[in-house]
Amino acid sequence: MPAPVPVTVRIQAADFDIAAEIAAMTAGRTGIGAVVTFSGLCRDDGGRLESLELEHYPGMAEKAITSIAETAVARFSLNAITAIHRHGRIAPGGNIVLVLAAAPHRRAAFEGAEFLMDYLKTEAPFWKKEHLKDGSSGDWVSAKDADDAARERWRKDS
Amino acid sequence: MSVNIVYFAWVRERIGKGSEVIDVPASVATVGDLIAHLATLGEEYEAAFQMPGVIRAAIDQEHVEHSEPIGSAREIALFPPMTGG
Repeated sequence: MPAPVPVTVRIQAADFDIAAEIAAMTAGRTGIGAVVTFSGLCRDDGGRLESLELEHYPGMAEKAITSIAETAVARFSLNAITAIHRHGRIAPGGNIVLVLAAAPHRRAAFEGAEFLMDYLKTEAPFWKKEHLKDGSSGDWVSAKDADDAARERWRKDS
Repeated sequence: MSVNIVYFAWVRERIGKGSEVIDVPASVATVGDLIAHLATLGEEYEAAFQMPGVIRAAIDQEHVEHSEPIGSAREIALFPPMTGG
């Protein structure tokens, strides 16, 4: 019987080290031929952003991402998957989210990472609020229809 | 029946608290009924739920539709569309 596929999901305030996460995921797993890495950063469009505040629903955030990750493993026959999402205040340029998808070949790894991100954006309970350089609280970031459309694409393909 | 309700993001800010225990009237059967009931509890609730269609819900940490019966839920979460990642 093959060893269970490692699914690593963490919700944390601390930053992550991408190289260390790849090393931890691939150590001893020589069947892996491709690792796709996606990292999402805090972006400042207009030079007015001091930080983004990431709020989450403790417990449900872990459960929701784990469920998406397990679906991705089964659908794309991944060797391993890692998803790390930060919470708290993050300055422009800082890391917000990391997804690593490992597979024997690149296509499954690319698709696995993209699938996880598309579902995470619309189903993982996180919310972003802007804090501006002038000291004021900006708006809560609005959900985008484009993100829903990206997720729906996977339903049509299945 | 009393249920623990948790709020996030601008729903939490408008109501002014992150969670509370609500005594749910017998007439409230679904999540949609609950949102309509909460909207009658005062100005802050009215502000949070003025566009009920955009509100997302979870029962015991699983996403549900507004048509979902509350049943024996321990915790119901109400929040705006999610913007993580």
